[in-house]
Amino acid sequence: MPSKPAGRTRTAQPAERVAVRKTYKLYIGGAFPRSESGRSYPVTDPAGTLLAHAAQASRKDLRDAVTAARKAFAGWSRATAYNRGQVLYRIAEMMEGRREQFIAEIVAAEGGGADAAAAQVDAAVDRWVWYAGWSDKYAQVVGGANPVAGPYFNFSLPEPSGVVGIVAPQESSLLGFVSVVAPALTTGNTVVVVASSQRPLPAVSLTEALATSDLPGGVLNLLTGSVDELAPWLASHRDVNCLDLTGVPAADRVPLAQAAADTVKRVLAPATLDLAAEPGTSRLAAFVETKTVWHPLGV
Amino acid sequence: MSIALSQTSASGAVGTAAAGLADAGRDDASLRRFLHGLPGVDQVGAEARAAALATRSIKTTAKAWAIDTAIRMVDLTTLEGSDTAGKVRSLCGKAARPDPWDASVPAVAAVCVYPDLVATAVQVLRGTGVQVASVATAFPSGRAALATKLVDVAEAVAAGASEIDMVIDRGAFLSGQYAKVFDEIVAVKQACGSAHLKVILETGELVTLDSVRRASWLALLAGGDFIKTSTGKVSPAATPPVALVMLQAVRDFAARTGEVRGVKLAGGIRTTKEAVRYLVMVNEVAGQRWLDPATFRFGASSLLNDLLQQRHKLTTGAYDGPDYVSID
Amino acid sequence: MSAFDNTAFDYAPAPESRAIARLKPSYQIFVDGEFRDGRGEAVKTINPATEEPLAEVAEANAADVTDAVAAARRAYEGSWSRLPGSERSKYLFRIARAIQERGRELAVLESLDNGKPIKESRDVDIPNAAAHFFYYAGWADKLGYAGFGPNPRPIGVAGQIIPWNFPLLMAAWKIAPALATGNTVVLKPAETTPLTALTLAEIIAECDLPPGVVNVLAGGPEVGQALVEEPGVDKLAFTGSTAVGKQLQRSVAASGKRLSLELGGKAANIVFDDAAIDQAVEGIVTGIFFNQGHVCCAGSRLLVQESVHDEVVSALQDRLQTLRLGDPLDKNTDIGAINSAVQLARVRELADVGEAEGATRWSPACTLPDRGFWFPPTVFTGASQASRIAQEEIFGPVLTVLTFRTPQEAVDKANNTPYGLSAGVWTEKGSRILWMANRLRAGVVWANTFNRFDPVSPFGGYGESGFGREGGRHGLAAYLESEA
Repeated sequence: MPSKPAGRTRTAQPAERVAVRKTYKLYIGGAFPRSESGRSYPVTDPAGTLLAHAAQASRKDLRDAVTAARKAFAGWSRATAYNRGQVLYRIAEMMEGRREQFIAEIVAAEGGGADAAAAQVDAAVDRWVWYAGWSDKYAQVVGGANPVAGPYFNFSLPEPSGVVGIVAPQESSLLGFVSVVAPALTTGNTVVVVASSQRPLPAVSLTEALATSDLPGGVLNLLTGSVDELAPWLASHRDVNCLDLTGVPAADRVPLAQAAADTVKRVLAPATLDLAAEPGTSRLAAFVETKTVWHPLGV
Repeated sequence: MSIALSQTSASGAVGTAAAGLADAGRDDASLRRFLHGLPGVDQVGAEARAAALATRSIKTTAKAWAIDTAIRMVDLTTLEGSDTAGKVRSLCGKAARPDPWDASVPAVAAVCVYPDLVATAVQVLRGTGVQVASVATAFPSGRAALATKLVDVAEAVAAGASEIDMVIDRGAFLSGQYAKVFDEIVAVKQACGSAHLKVILETGELVTLDSVRRASWLALLAGGDFIKTSTGKVSPAATPPVALVMLQAVRDFAARTGEVRGVKLAGGIRTTKEAVRYLVMVNEVAGQRWLDPATFRFGASSLLNDLLQQRHKLTTGAYDGPDYVSID
Repeated sequence: MSAFDNTAFDYAPAPESRAIARLKPSYQIFVDGEFRDGRGEAVKTINPATEEPLAEVAEANAADVTDAVAAARRAYEGSWSRLPGSERSKYLFRIARAIQERGRELAVLESLDNGKPIKESRDVDIPNAAAHFFYYAGWADKLGYAGFGPNPRPIGVAGQIIPWNFPLLMAAWKIAPALATGNTVVLKPAETTPLTALTLAEIIAECDLPPGVVNVLAGGPEVGQALVEEPGVDKLAFTGSTAVGKQLQRSVAASGKRLSLELGGKAANIVFDDAAIDQAVEGIVTGIFFNQGHVCCAGSRLLVQESVHDEVVSALQDRLQTLRLGDPLDKNTDIGAINSAVQLARVRELADVGEAEGATRWSPACTLPDRGFWFPPTVFTGASQASRIAQEEIFGPVLTVLTFRTPQEAVDKANNTPYGLSAGVWTEKGSRILWMANRLRAGVVWANTFNRFDPVSPFGGYGESGFGREGGRHGLAAYLESEA
């Protein structure tokens, strides 16, 4: 077992090697910048021990993230479903290889035992596998031919809505995060996600796995910082198509959902998120558009 | 659409040179280039348009006008192996005076018969203004040597036919031998002399509306005065979508060349309702100037009696019965 | 002068009889199975073709909305949501049949109240309304097979607000899937076109649906607002303008109320140089002049490949000369009346803007009736993508012609709008059709056709054209609890 990767040891014992600490950065357009604002904020474990200074993203970082997500949309949405499935499965592979790192980071971020953290990592890996398998099946399950009363061939298919803005769950730092971003990516959307404000570090490490998973840059963009500060900009951004408020407490959702109405965003604000249950398809359905195509049948 | 301008047309169809269409008639390749460069026809869209036109409601004065116009457009036709001089004489009487009780009923446009009965028809119809049309060119299949077809035409013309209804070689058309079809039409046109040439496409054998459009243009480029749907011996014969495409062809040909050519629908048109719907189509697709026997005809036999019965209904207000029109 | 003295083919008037509509002097709202006077204003609904009053309608007020929602709640909990699907199904089949039986009456009534040509109400609106009930009737006892889990649940009370462009058809689009899935309904038709919805209420009463399952409230925007704010409403479905849709989305934001929106559009109808030009011209005409252009999915932007621009515009102009504008009840009328003075003013204003922006305005020679609300079919050429007539939904018989050079440019221009309801593509090349259909951001892509509708075919938009689908299996989702 490696030494506690996310935590900080105050002093180096004479015989012990000095650990190389990680800088936790944003993930935008496939790169790992610090916040353009230069700000960071302390992230602690539940006991209040400092874990790291995470980047505190600004509205301009959010703007850049949306730009990157929009730029990546054409390529990701038009990639074959087979290819998207391969990439998502590759993410699971990359996470599996960093299993111990994620366990340690979850223990650090959330407290609790290593067994619970391990279960969370395993569930998060399995969640990628679940969604990876959906990518080339979803359209078959929800799309199809419609037998119209006339000489036309008519079919409906789901298509990605576009750029999805997500506020990730605040509690479950890894499984919660994966459970909201994976379905949006599966159907071909690109994502700008604000990680848990207090527990962002496992998500940051996940983006390091994403960067080596053949996920094109910009398909997922991660912001860490204050949800209160960032979410209103996400909700009102006119180039964001969908808003997932899962990580926003019910009491705070109304103004965000109202801002989203200005551009008729698709808003997902579920009452609960059951991370233990099989995910089902409702999150896949939340951010797709049904396109129906007609063509005459003639000679 | 665009057509390469070029050298001289070997076949030299009349009137097309000025519109830049001369090259189109040179050989298989140039004809193919032109005909396949025409816009396609979407079958479903064409059928929908034809069906929409059929919903026009033609009542009272408009219906009266349509009935008389339709009567004046009829090529009263008998094309049976059992035709005789007696049958043709009877038909000619009906053509010149469709309603023995009502002199205000106009005469039909023409009587259409086989070549050997042309002389009989000419004799009966002299002075009536009713034209004598003859099918020719090994009607209805067209499967004969060109020389035979030309003799067929020449004899009909010599017997006094003023209109010749030829059939195209559908086999040649469907196998892409456009120049062969073109040259035959040109040759027949020459054999017609001053007689008007109606070119029967036999659209029921061409099957697709794309082929109907191409055959229409081929016949028009080759000098046909009319393009005609059918022999009446193949089903389907005239249908609304086919009529639509042929009317578009003469409309577009006139726009390109300034020459107004005609359309004749033949086969299967039996009721006034159908005839009036076709007149609506002529009116709205080709234009009002085509609503004239010089540019639009119905090849029919039983249609005339239905027109007469509907005319009676408009005149008397009572529905008519078959005993009040003559059987020919 | 005899009937045979005409010298030209002038179509004589062929009017459908107004008496067929069985117009009543006054209409009442329908609440809890009873017809009663609404407690709002009594207003006259007028014939937009003549400006003559047709009937008086006792509109609802907020108290009526509360009553109707309470009645719908009672019906939902008391009977309807527990009724076996097979029994709900038979009620819907009854409604479908009854609409067919009274089809001619409904068609004439619709044309009187809305101003649309009788041939459209007769051949499109009413048959499609009946077909919609037929389609969803069959779903009511098969919901477990629809892909929403083995035992999908209804949501509850649905508040439904519909526009004036297809009054009965929109009522059918809303009511049929809601009832099939076990919801109960409070429907508010548009203020200018309440008559067929209230007649549908009569049909529903005759079909013996339990009281409160369907409630129909005539009224204006304030009645709609009351319905939106009514806490007892679990689900809102709205078809109408994007501006109102946004307000509605805002007012239910994060409230837990389910919402589906079918809003505006500015559809591109894209014509390539290899298109079947005659059919494309028909598609352009159908696209923008069907129902006077009062169609959210209207093909109001013609994107024509520059190489065939002149040919297509010329053929279009020739074709428009044959359109017949006038009495909506005349069976030969192609273009009816604009639905209201307000809408006419908007169409006029935007057409004037188009002219001021420098586009070339063209209309066929046609005489507009002296009374009523009329606007001629209008084509703007020489417009730019940046002009208001290329960006804003006009919702009238006004076409803006733009050009493109390459397929990618066509896609880019077509998608260059906050809307995304529909699009048209005209080309004889199969692979290009699918390439275009794949890239167009629109809920409905009509390839080599336009403005086709069918109960089995999902309809709805991307982006600011709204969300949710109506029609087909997909249309059920808007009225079922989503799986956990």
